[in-house]
Amino acid sequence: MSETGGIWVYAVRRSVPSPRLTLVSGVAGAAIKTVQAAGLTAVISEVDLAEFGAEPLRRNLEDLDWLEAVARAHHSVVEAAATQGPLVPMRLATVYGDQSGVADMLAARRALIHAGIDRVTGRMEWGVKAFASDAPAQAGDEAAAELAGPASGVAYLNRRRAQLSASEKARGRAAYLAERLHAELSGAAEAAELHRPQDPQLSGSANTMLMNATYLVGDRHAAGFRAAVDQAVQRYPALRLQLTGPWPPYSFAFTDASQA
Amino acid sequence: MTVVQPAGPGSRQEQVALVDLLDRVLAGGVVVAGEVTLSIADVDMVTISVRALVSSAGTLAARPR
Repeated sequence: MSETGGIWVYAVRRSVPSPRLTLVSGVAGAAIKTVQAAGLTAVISEVDLAEFGAEPLRRNLEDLDWLEAVARAHHSVVEAAATQGPLVPMRLATVYGDQSGVADMLAARRALIHAGIDRVTGRMEWGVKAFASDAPAQAGDEAAAELAGPASGVAYLNRRRAQLSASEKARGRAAYLAERLHAELSGAAEAAELHRPQDPQLSGSANTMLMNATYLVGDRHAAGFRAAVDQAVQRYPALRLQLTGPWPPYSFAFTDASQA
Repeated sequence: MTVVQPAGPGSRQEQVALVDLLDRVLAGGVVVAGEVTLSIADVDMVTISVRALVSSAGTLAARPR
């Protein structure tokens, strides 16, 4: 292979007899290949280090159009590979110098990777985001109406204080409900992780995101999990819920750090 | 109060939302320290995503899905 080439790793799975992924292409349109070692198969493609080397990569990751194209390509390969059997996805932009580097990694991390695959076998990831249903102004308005009296400075200050305290209470209550919801849904899942709440500009919702959770759910329990989300929609009218998935188990992959 | 029901596997009509995908591919996935030839594993990917997204937030919000 040329010295300008690197190896992008999408995911690792157990070696299977016919690991063919010819229908999808990888990042930058590259052909999908595999590297096998230690009973494991890494799903890879070659990348040009002029674009995917450490320094250009750092720069390109700040370019949203580039990032989107690469993230979607990575995801489409991981998703296609996941239909053929259990796997652990690699974090975006895991790039090795050559195929033997990938094979060395598979051999060195063999036990960890097998355990990671065991953990997600027969399971998928489902995301649940919770937003406040509406602006927490009503309670404040009611409190203000009760206090409406002479237009003195003191009355104004009292009214204002009541408004602020009511909206704080509403926010606190919504956060409390989101915590309860997360505890309930965690009970219907095998594992749970919390991502950072998304910025309103990015989430596409004007309302505050209270929870950005994701759950590892056994395939046989997926219908039950979705039913639990449907029930939560009824039981928590103060929250607006969004379900996404099923996703390959991105959020439930191990990291070296967590094993240290 | 609505729940967006996802399309099942094999019946996906719609692309996943970029922001949900980035949550997962930038903060999730296996991280193997030390052996990756490129040092990108050392970079805080979450920070990268936040910087990339926030600096382009207007673009993303206006983007048709």
